[in-house]
Amino acid sequence: MSGTKKPVHIDIMRSPLGRARGFGPARSGSRYWWAQRMSAAALVPLSFWFIGSVFRLEGATRDQVAAWLSEPLSIILMISFVIGTFYHMQLGLQIVAEDYVKGEGRRMLVLVITKTTSVLLALVCVVSILKLGR
Amino acid sequence: MRDVRDALMVARTTDGKLVSRPLSPHMQIYRWPLSMVLSISHRVSGVALSAGTVLLAWWLVAAAMSEAAFATVQSFIASPVGLVVLVGWTLALFFHLFSGIRHLVWDAGFAFDRPWYNLSGWVVVVATVAATAASWLVGLAIW
Repeated sequence: MSGTKKPVHIDIMRSPLGRARGFGPARSGSRYWWAQRMSAAALVPLSFWFIGSVFRLEGATRDQVAAWLSEPLSIILMISFVIGTFYHMQLGLQIVAEDYVKGEGRRMLVLVITKTTSVLLALVCVVSILKLGR
Repeated sequence: MRDVRDALMVARTTDGKLVSRPLSPHMQIYRWPLSMVLSISHRVSGVALSAGTVLLAWWLVAAAMSEAAFATVQSFIASPVGLVVLVGWTLALFFHLFSGIRHLVWDAGFAFDRPWYNLSGWVVVVATVAATAASWLVGLAIW
């Protein structure tokens, strides 16, 4: 601790912005912020593609769904969409839980349940996609 | 008075009557500006979409499993309950998508002044309703 102590003048000379940048009270807040924004940005085109695919698959038989997922582009985009969705979802639910669930223990419980469920649902979706497309 | 803390909440009027002090009004008293409605709706639609992922997972699992399982999920989607769920799903998805794009524009540092965020707010509302209506018109026409 004493070995890594910075000279005092650095803290005095730095602007408040410089001190805050990438170094918020949680020390890792900006990383969370970026993860949420980047997954959101990725999901914009993927969601439009997914909506278009839903139209294409309307009333499709199981074989037609499998044929659709056998196209390389479809299976890659569908797996990207699913992973992006569940990644973005658990980040979003985390912030909702942190804002509204009172009490450290209960909040931790809600976080563990939502994160575990997100990961499991993502795996279930990816495995199903891989089984369908051939 | 039931508690000593209540002592801070009482006062006397000019004619000596004991009254409780006014409290600052809670949320439901205030007018809901558009930005406030859209902000909380973004969260609500996000949570709704999280619940909706279960339907996506069910559909994928059923398709991967068997003809019978796939027929079950398809008939649920085509049932009245399924259609209501799917309309809600469409609405939440379009809203969260358009509202999310608005948030990304703000995060990039643009259009965060009052005239712009009010205008973009209404654009989100109109786009959501239009896209949902158009999707269902096209969807039902193909069906």
